[in-house]
Amino acid sequence: MIEQLALLPGFLTAHLQLSLVALALGTLISVPLGILVTRRRELEPGVLGVASVIQTIPSLALLAIMVPTLAAIGAFTARVFGIEIRSIGYLPAIVALTLYSVLPILRNTVAGIQGVAPALVEAARGVGMTPSQQLRRVELPLALPVIVAGLRTATVWVVGTATLSTPVGATSLGNFIFSGLQTRNFNAVLVGCIASAGLAIVLDQTIRLLEVGLRERHRGRVVAAAAVLAVLSAWTVGSAARSWLPADRAPLSIGAKTFTEQYVLSEILSQWLEARVGRSSQPVSSLGSTVAFDALRTDEIDVYVDYSGTIWATIMKREGLPERREDVLEAVRAYLADEHGVEVVAALGFENTYALGMAGDRARELGVTRISDLPRVASRLAIGGDFEFFARAEWKALEQVYGLAFREQRTMDASLMYSAVETGDVDVISAYSTDGRISAFGLSLLEDDRGVIPPYDAIVLASPRLVREEPQVIEALRELSGAIDAPRMRQLNHAVDGGGKSPRQAAAEFLADRTGSGN
Amino acid sequence: MIEAAQLSRQFGAITAVDAVSFRVEAGECLVLLGGSGSGKTTTLKMLNRLVEPSSGHVRLGGTDTRELEPHVLRRRVGYAFQQIGLFPHLSVAQNIGVTPALLGWESVRIAARVDALLDLVDLDPEVFRQRAPSELSGGQQQRVGLARALAAEPEVLLLDEPFGALDPITRDRLQQAFQRIRSDLGVTVVFVTHDMTEALLLGDRIGVMNEGALVQIGSPRELLSAPADAYVAELMATPRRQAEVVDRLLAEAEGAP
Repeated sequence: MIEQLALLPGFLTAHLQLSLVALALGTLISVPLGILVTRRRELEPGVLGVASVIQTIPSLALLAIMVPTLAAIGAFTARVFGIEIRSIGYLPAIVALTLYSVLPILRNTVAGIQGVAPALVEAARGVGMTPSQQLRRVELPLALPVIVAGLRTATVWVVGTATLSTPVGATSLGNFIFSGLQTRNFNAVLVGCIASAGLAIVLDQTIRLLEVGLRERHRGRVVAAAAVLAVLSAWTVGSAARSWLPADRAPLSIGAKTFTEQYVLSEILSQWLEARVGRSSQPVSSLGSTVAFDALRTDEIDVYVDYSGTIWATIMKREGLPERREDVLEAVRAYLADEHGVEVVAALGFENTYALGMAGDRARELGVTRISDLPRVASRLAIGGDFEFFARAEWKALEQVYGLAFREQRTMDASLMYSAVETGDVDVISAYSTDGRISAFGLSLLEDDRGVIPPYDAIVLASPRLVREEPQVIEALRELSGAIDAPRMRQLNHAVDGGGKSPRQAAAEFLADRTGSGN
Repeated sequence: MIEAAQLSRQFGAITAVDAVSFRVEAGECLVLLGGSGSGKTTTLKMLNRLVEPSSGHVRLGGTDTRELEPHVLRRRVGYAFQQIGLFPHLSVAQNIGVTPALLGWESVRIAARVDALLDLVDLDPEVFRQRAPSELSGGQQQRVGLARALAAEPEVLLLDEPFGALDPITRDRLQQAFQRIRSDLGVTVVFVTHDMTEALLLGDRIGVMNEGALVQIGSPRELLSAPADAYVAELMATPRRQAEVVDRLLAEAEGAP
């Protein structure tokens, strides 16, 4: 808990910064657009229609879709104007949150201006105001409480939705929630939820004060609310400015995907590099699988751990039965170097393959030990998979080669799958072979007797920039070759998932053991 | 002096105002009188281009108003209307001073003008200057509306049924106040009403409008003695009949023991 609270100031500031910048941009877009719509009424259905459609996109999808969208735009601007755009991290989160804040502010701007009594508009014209004076002196002041009410709605939405910007690489209070869910650290989830709810309430009440103050023309309330917002803005601008100051050397960005093993491995890499070459680093956690690779390829992160079979299936898009483990690794190594300038620095020494797992009792009861035992009983069974599994080439191959047809197929959060199979909600799950929960939950892994699932050597990948500019870091990483075997990885994962340790603690203990035994 | 020449306005297929011409001399009050839909309000709004004429033109002190920017024209012409339209986010003083402020008057001059106008419309400046419009009665609001219309020393005052929504006693007081202001300032006025009695009380001349046309224009005496057509005659008959009833009742009341 103490460890989680220590992270709070950083995450909270980042979250506030994301929210306030998105709201400021949203206001800068929506208010002029709203004014335009009231001046050119024929635009109203189109503009409000587009804003409404954006609002109907699920927020997580809107954030996720920004990554490939910005990557495509970035490819274009890089080619045509020589301008690089970062497609993961802060930018996609800001763009998505800004879009998300547009509708309520826009709608209220239009409603507020249209709600000004016709007699007042006539009076404004009658006393000799120009159209712009009419807008600035009469329509906008009278519409302001309504516009601020829209801003208030947008604020609650944006602060809530900003927790979802973690998977696109932007730090937020969502880091607590995503990593907490993966590592079964419910203290972290709780801290994240309470902090984001608390922030939403504080901002909501502050803007409510502003709204009521404006409506009742109560100067004191307006000043008080404005002061609170000014302090918050100054704080976020200040902390942002500090982070933009040129550092001696930018810290390395170490990526992690959305499961426990990745958190542990990114901590190991981080602490190892700190100890070996004195390079500090920052985690970029909870990235989606292809987001992580794209980020590395484009130098937005420097290093992360991926798996040879994942690259084989989802990046190289190879189909068919895999070759031998060494052949896959070699093919991946050559492909990444040639196509992307990414180097496979080290194979850590263990495989983490997708595997099908069943509760031990259930497997015995049905007489299932291999995947080829499954087809005859599959029509009575339900299978659960993580968010990616059923869309992956491996699953397609399993279905085809073994002729699997389950009664039901359910997608769920990876950390919840294990409880689901334990309670019998599903019979079979897509497990990871190094997952500490396999032994903790007493699961049996089914043998892939026809060799459909490609080997998943854990490999440390380094970005083109790192390869070019920091050979000493590459050297240090190379020393991790073969450093972790499968039982050790399973034990580290279990220390976090079941043993209540943080990834940082688990990593520190691993490295302490290693240095100890190395001496 | 303000002059309308062959003013017409079509709204789609409907002719709201049909070739209306008149001339209001400096210091004169012309009342445009007619029922609803007669075109009197549209005619008034064409004088300060709140409605653009379909054809015809308006001359203000010799200038064709088409040559002026609409907002420049409107700052030279005071305008008050039945709904009043005081700006709720501004104080009484800011409402009255709005046109002078738009004209760039110095704040000292505006403040002095506001106080003088509040005095003129019988509102104590000390009491009312900083009040919000929402704190005023209907009659007080219309006094402020009138003061606002007069604030920038307009060449012409356009009034669209300014007293229409007030109770009879308040209306009577405001009509009297208006007459006094008019004789004090010698301002030129075009005044729209559907109230025959108000027209007879306030107008130097009355223009009767019916179905978009100006059917007769003349002094109250001329209209009463020589109505141009049956419509005007009928219109004039109403106050005459009411006055006769009131006279008889008054005579009876005085003759009673």
